[in-house]
Amino acid sequence: MQIGIFSVSDVTTDPTTGRTPSEHERIKAAVAIAKKAEDVGLDVYALGEHHNEPFFSSSPTTTLGYIAAQTSRLLLSTATTLITTNDPVKIAEDYAMLQHLSDGRVDLMMGRGNTGPVYPWFGKDIRQGVALAVENYALLRRLWTEDVVDWQGKFRTPLQGFTSTPRPLDAIPPFVWHGSIRTPEIAEQAAYYGDGFFHNNIFWTMDHTKRMVELYRRRYEHYGHGAADTAIVGLGGQFFMRRNSQDAVNEFRPYFDVAPVYGYGPSLEDFTAQTPLTVGSPQQVLERTLSFRDAVGHYQRQLFLIDHAGLPLKTVLEQLDLLGEILPDLRKGFDEGRPAHIPEAPTHASRVAAARAAGTLAEAHVPVGADDVTGQSPYEQAEASSLVQEA
Amino acid sequence: MSYLLVISAGMGTPSSSRMLGDRLAAATVEAQSVRSEIKVLELRDVAVDLAHFYTSHVPSRALQDAFDLVGKASGVIAVSPVLNAGVNGLFKLFFDLLDEGVMAGRPVLLAATGGSARHSLAIDNAMLPLFFYLKATVAPLPVFAATDDWGSGESGLARRIAAAGRAFAELVQARPATDYADEFADVPDFASLLDPGSL
Repeated sequence: MQIGIFSVSDVTTDPTTGRTPSEHERIKAAVAIAKKAEDVGLDVYALGEHHNEPFFSSSPTTTLGYIAAQTSRLLLSTATTLITTNDPVKIAEDYAMLQHLSDGRVDLMMGRGNTGPVYPWFGKDIRQGVALAVENYALLRRLWTEDVVDWQGKFRTPLQGFTSTPRPLDAIPPFVWHGSIRTPEIAEQAAYYGDGFFHNNIFWTMDHTKRMVELYRRRYEHYGHGAADTAIVGLGGQFFMRRNSQDAVNEFRPYFDVAPVYGYGPSLEDFTAQTPLTVGSPQQVLERTLSFRDAVGHYQRQLFLIDHAGLPLKTVLEQLDLLGEILPDLRKGFDEGRPAHIPEAPTHASRVAAARAAGTLAEAHVPVGADDVTGQSPYEQAEASSLVQEA
Repeated sequence: MSYLLVISAGMGTPSSSRMLGDRLAAATVEAQSVRSEIKVLELRDVAVDLAHFYTSHVPSRALQDAFDLVGKASGVIAVSPVLNAGVNGLFKLFFDLLDEGVMAGRPVLLAATGGSARHSLAIDNAMLPLFFYLKATVAPLPVFAATDDWGSGESGLARRIAAAGRAFAELVQARPATDYADEFADVPDFASLLDPGSL
């Protein structure tokens, strides 16, 4: 079971002080939070991508690369990578690069992005969101798995003899999750490819999350990737905890009441009853989190949103300390009654091991035959590739 | 068992919109050879939930139940008070937030209430375009009830309700609505999503 945190990267005024952190502060805070996540024993740090205020994270691989250099164990992921408005070629390149620099400590979560105005800024149309996600992801997979790609589609200029560089580490692309709150097509997409499915699990009822996950599991089995209960499921969630549950409620309420997205909406009490948000003691967070299994079955990844809504860095770091304290019990609880055939979330190491066992592990990639002055395509020189010595 | 659903956007309890809805439902059932069950959805009960869903994207359990109720009704009797030459905000909010497609092909009987008969065109000007947009199957005889109508035997309200009920019963029988497909049960096959050109 992977347990970690994810950030949407909002720059929000602290409602209790009226102070708004600068982008610089929030960017540095993101790094401090990620490092702290590793220190307290968490497995995953995932960062969002946005191209509009009040968010700072327009360039996740820059941030994640910087974090990778300062951590040694933490798996770096995204929440989410915009598969709609990004050029799939750039995603292929950026994340393969990050994969090399982090020695394989990277995976991605694809999302469409729900901010209408962002699409036209990138020459796209939100009404084409699903079609963009489908076409762009199909291309992304080819760019990672085929050395030389000829491709033509609806949304991007065609490619002839294109090689996305660097090639994925050990010729094994980063594992991919697909995130969606309520679009069955995305659960279907994840199932079709045998990729992971992540439900953000923050704004809707657990009942809804359950239905999305059930659909994904059913279709995962349908496409022959394995039994439904072996599909790779991730959930979001959020909490605010203090040793004394009433302290948690009192401290979090002013942030909750005016929080972006759900602020000025349901009461804290209604929201905690209707959604997985838990505000209370570490024991309450532990119990609530372990109850998610009852709805979705044994799953592979649990990420928490903890650094939003204007919460100051100091508070977020305290939340991580508390999460670190219940982490052994969380892991123990998740292990309880977990059948041996339920897989862990794939990692680079486990995928390399699987490829090695299957005898399909490739040699380290050495570029073939390209002219380093003209950049002449290896595609045109494929015949000449036999001249190049293996490293 | 199939049921007719009265959706009332009346603000008070009791409200004249609810009263009109109840009477129309009774008249419809009266005219049916096989009588439907009648269920009622008072939108005021989910008013706050609707507002929260609108701005916070969090649907409450009660609201989800309300939406599900519409999706399985064999016919809908939709009643709104007329405010400022249109349906009230509550009525509009509900149908704005209902999944697109739930009303498609669903028989609907339109009705409205107001202070005087001068408000009656709100049905034609505000309700018809809304339900045409939603691709509902709109019954030919709507009913408008002004305050006066309730206190006068000569307004013909009872006769209009009975006639509207008969017409709606015929429509529901001829074109019964199918249950709104569960979006999770009806999965698009991925092959149909993939553009062959990108395979």
